[in-house]
Amino acid sequence: MTAITITELERQYIVLTQDGLPLVPKPYHWLADKLAISVEETLAMTKDLLDRGVIRRIAAVPNHYKLGYKFNGMTTWDICDERAQEFGEKVGQLPFVSHCYLRPRHLPQWNYNLFAMVHGRTEQEIKEKQHQIKELLSDVLQTHQGQANDILTSTRILKKTGLRLRNGKK
Amino acid sequence: MQLDPLSAPVLDKLSQQIINAYQRGFPVCSRPFEVLANEFDVSEQAVIDCLQTLDDNQVLSRLGPVFDHKKAGASTLAAVAVPMDKMDEIAEIINQFEAINHNYAREHDYNLWFVVTASDQEALDIAIKDIETATGYEVLVLPMEKSFHIDLSFDVCFKPTKQKAS
Repeated sequence: MTAITITELERQYIVLTQDGLPLVPKPYHWLADKLAISVEETLAMTKDLLDRGVIRRIAAVPNHYKLGYKFNGMTTWDICDERAQEFGEKVGQLPFVSHCYLRPRHLPQWNYNLFAMVHGRTEQEIKEKQHQIKELLSDVLQTHQGQANDILTSTRILKKTGLRLRNGKK
Repeated sequence: MQLDPLSAPVLDKLSQQIINAYQRGFPVCSRPFEVLANEFDVSEQAVIDCLQTLDDNQVLSRLGPVFDHKKAGASTLAAVAVPMDKMDEIAEIINQFEAINHNYAREHDYNLWFVVTASDQEALDIAIKDIETATGYEVLVLPMEKSFHIDLSFDVCFKPTKQKAS
């Protein structure tokens, strides 16, 4: 995937907002002030960043641990390459899958090419979701070695931050 | 459902409405909170106060843009397999790199999983080399080849009262 070139002003925009907008009545005015441009320009820039996909969404981002979704499982699958695209799409459409990616295998250490992240309030819940994915993939599961699939449950978050861009002025 | 009260706070109606409706599509306009206020039939200040409380309680991790770091640079998923008794030590070393923005302990031979981001591919390759040098472990590099679906919304509806029976 090719990275999009961003301007210096856009880089500043990211640095200023990556920890969130201030909870004040006019948050984009605050941002405009910081960027030393007009509010209209700030709003237009925001829409442009959204259109280009640099901003994926503007959101109230919940802390899913605090919402009770304490368990996340990275399910990993060894599926046949010819049908990986087709089945990746199917898995990605499951409502409980938050991320679904194809990644390269690294044989012999790593034989899985499809990754799907599932979340749940209990370990049982994520195991059930893994099972549903397994049924969906039953025709294309294969094994280069060892197992055809696995689930890597997360036991601890050791670090989690959003996108980090360094402030160039530092 | 019995939930740990510390981890699953009982959220009031407005909190639930905001979280359920605005995990995307927060308005881009001069007074965005007023838009929410009109939608939920409360005052603008009530919306701001509600979000502030959620933020204070850490139910909200932030309100603002979610950036796609693949569009604004280069990134990859990566993992290392380290002995259990060395996990904390190695995680600490990895976390010190600014290029790291997630690091999860997972139950597997590859037990530390993290995302490395950089301004471009060259800087990313250098960061990975640096991590290998600093930790002494080979890094399994698993860049995304294709993405199918991103951004899950988490529904909140924990409050047994005042909800329509389903």
